[in-house]
Amino acid sequence: MSKSRVDVRKTYKLLINGAFPRSESGRSYEVTSAKGAFLANVAQGSRKDVRDAVVAARGAQSKWWSQSAYNRGQVIYRLAEMAESRREELAEHVALCEGLSKKESRSSVSRSIDRVVWYAGWTDKVAQILGSSNPVAGPFFNFSVPVPSGVVGVIADQESSLEAFLDAVFAPICVGNTVVVIASEQRPTPAVLLGEMTATSDFPGGVLNIVTGITGEIAPTLAQHEDVDGLDLGGLDEAFETELAVSAAGSIKRVLRSGHDDPASLRRLRAFVETSTVWHTIGQ
Amino acid sequence: MSYDPAAESVSIARLKPSYGLFINGDFTVPSAHDAFVTLNPATEAPLANVAQGSGADVDRAVKAARKAYDTVWSKTTGAERSKYLFRIARLIQERSRELAVVETLDNGKPIRESRDVDIPLAAAHFFYYAGWADKLDYAGYGANPRPLGVAGQIIPWNFPLLMAAWKLAPALAAGNTCVLKPAETTPLSALVLAEIIQQAGLPDGVVNIVTGDGSTGAALVDHPDVNKIAFTGSTEVGRLIQQRVATTQKHLTLELGGKGANIVFEDAPVDEMIEGIIDGIFFNQGHVCCAGSRLLVQESVADEVLRRLIRRVDQLRVGDPLDKNTDVGAINSAAQLARIKELTEYGEVEGATRYTSTCVLPDKGYWFAPTVFADVAQSHRIAREEIFGPVLSVLTFRTPEEAVAKANNTNYGLACGVWSEKGSRTLWVAERLRAGVIWANTYNRFDPTSPFGGVRESGFGREGGRHGLEAYLNV
Repeated sequence: MSKSRVDVRKTYKLLINGAFPRSESGRSYEVTSAKGAFLANVAQGSRKDVRDAVVAARGAQSKWWSQSAYNRGQVIYRLAEMAESRREELAEHVALCEGLSKKESRSSVSRSIDRVVWYAGWTDKVAQILGSSNPVAGPFFNFSVPVPSGVVGVIADQESSLEAFLDAVFAPICVGNTVVVIASEQRPTPAVLLGEMTATSDFPGGVLNIVTGITGEIAPTLAQHEDVDGLDLGGLDEAFETELAVSAAGSIKRVLRSGHDDPASLRRLRAFVETSTVWHTIGQ
Repeated sequence: MSYDPAAESVSIARLKPSYGLFINGDFTVPSAHDAFVTLNPATEAPLANVAQGSGADVDRAVKAARKAYDTVWSKTTGAERSKYLFRIARLIQERSRELAVVETLDNGKPIRESRDVDIPLAAAHFFYYAGWADKLDYAGYGANPRPLGVAGQIIPWNFPLLMAAWKLAPALAAGNTCVLKPAETTPLSALVLAEIIQQAGLPDGVVNIVTGDGSTGAALVDHPDVNKIAFTGSTEVGRLIQQRVATTQKHLTLELGGKGANIVFEDAPVDEMIEGIIDGIFFNQGHVCCAGSRLLVQESVADEVLRRLIRRVDQLRVGDPLDKNTDVGAINSAAQLARIKELTEYGEVEGATRYTSTCVLPDKGYWFAPTVFADVAQSHRIAREEIFGPVLSVLTFRTPEEAVAKANNTNYGLACGVWSEKGSRTLWVAERLRAGVIWANTYNRFDPTSPFGGVRESGFGREGGRHGLEAYLNV
């Protein structure tokens, strides 16, 4: 018997509509650790993959939003349970991708899982913070409720492979949006792992879609897509961010720009909700 | 129509012969070695021996809660408290079938209700407040709101586990430690909850559960080191508690009795309305503080509504609470049965017309057949006093103004129902009703996100929703 077993390596694929396809283009690209060692040949998503992901997200959105807020909270909490049991694996990848020590990467994973729990608790509270009844001067009952924007495109942070990715993705999901995210180009594996965990957490297929690939190539497709309602550009350099923000104006997208201090602030939760106001008469 | 019996198995409850007091993380023997027997109200058979907590036991529990508050819980971050509460929610979900059987055995409520309402709602309540523990800054009470300290919580027998959840979940989320006193006749599900709290690994002393009778509750109310009293129960006892607390600095919330009006307009959706009235008064044998115990029906449809109601009441299946087909279970105690009998006898004496279901009642146990009184006047005792049983008083009205005046003609103000297809009128009526909760074209709906509580002599403070946090924060 040989002393050291040859380990089975994983193929890192896309997540679209609950399935894990390779890129339709058949391409892949090499990802290395922060120290330059070979890590994986990651699927190199194409513009077509991005468009497929948007179709999946659109298809899932009404179903995700029609589930009760309580139910959505339980689904997100289930992800925390799944992630907790795979924390070592996550930490290993965060360490490799970000060049962190074991201890630092474990803390990063702990913060990330706690953040998932944080979002799980928001699903049925957002309406109580952002909604209102409005005392209009007339015989009307007038109230405003927050509703999701719809499909949100996210260009994930290039540096923070798990923590920033998670905030950018689960803030919009927790308020009822579905998401297409382009993962960090050079550090995509923690995001792919998290995507795999959502597949065993009762998320309906299409709520979270992850495309790995060359950001500069595929991000414009997401930014310009007519059926994308919101766009988080927080993970880009300033020039590219501005360029995409300009192109997003074509379909009047809600755009979240970089530069917010607290990643878990209400600003992020508010970024992709609309306010829907109802007037109802009062009278005998 | 008859069905074969479909009884849930008693063994699922895994009852123990006796239970101690849950203090500082362990089940302990009461100081006076006193115990009482809790009965199955459907059979009068003993279920288990339960400890009678004395003043000394309450003192031990409060000391444990204080120590846990000072040394552990007040230093535990919201995110960590949150995860403990999520654990409790999950454990309740995991042990839900067992809890449902325990609840039905001890309380007498139909298994369909404990299984579909009490236990899932209790889990949902912990789930909801778990999510608040790390978000208190966003709750609208300013930055970094502080807990009160040690909360003494006294709960009733009508929804034993659910009321424990309503009390414990927001208190713990806000950062308080607790001493909970379950009702004398229904202590068992709270003791299973104590086991769950152990399984969840909650730090010792954060939750303490002291069983006993009214004297145990009084010792808790009077304990000098308790910062907050939360009580759900009768207005009579609530008044006493408010008096005793008034001479101290303790915070207080009260969720007391009610005499809810269910107002039916002539354009109400008929089938839903009949079911809603039935659910409003016969849910949980009418042992519901917000029960729709007064039906106010518009004169033009009164005869038809009454005829259909009586027919429906006769179809209610009364009997073995463990049977999955049972609609109405056992009255919780001999004392409560006597109270219901006394008030319904007054109903007849004062001139109301009585219709009682022809159902056959079991020989053993505490039972009362579903009953409707027509021709009730506002002055009748059955229109003024909370019966807390399966008894509906029917009155009539002609105009919306009269409906509002009659609905508000009570010292209580917990809940009302309005039945009409005309939304504008429902809202017009709702604006004028003096009640903490108003249901439109539905009744007896509960959700952890929705604030519940009364006005006037139905008490003050809210449970549920963002508002429910206020009861446990120093704001």
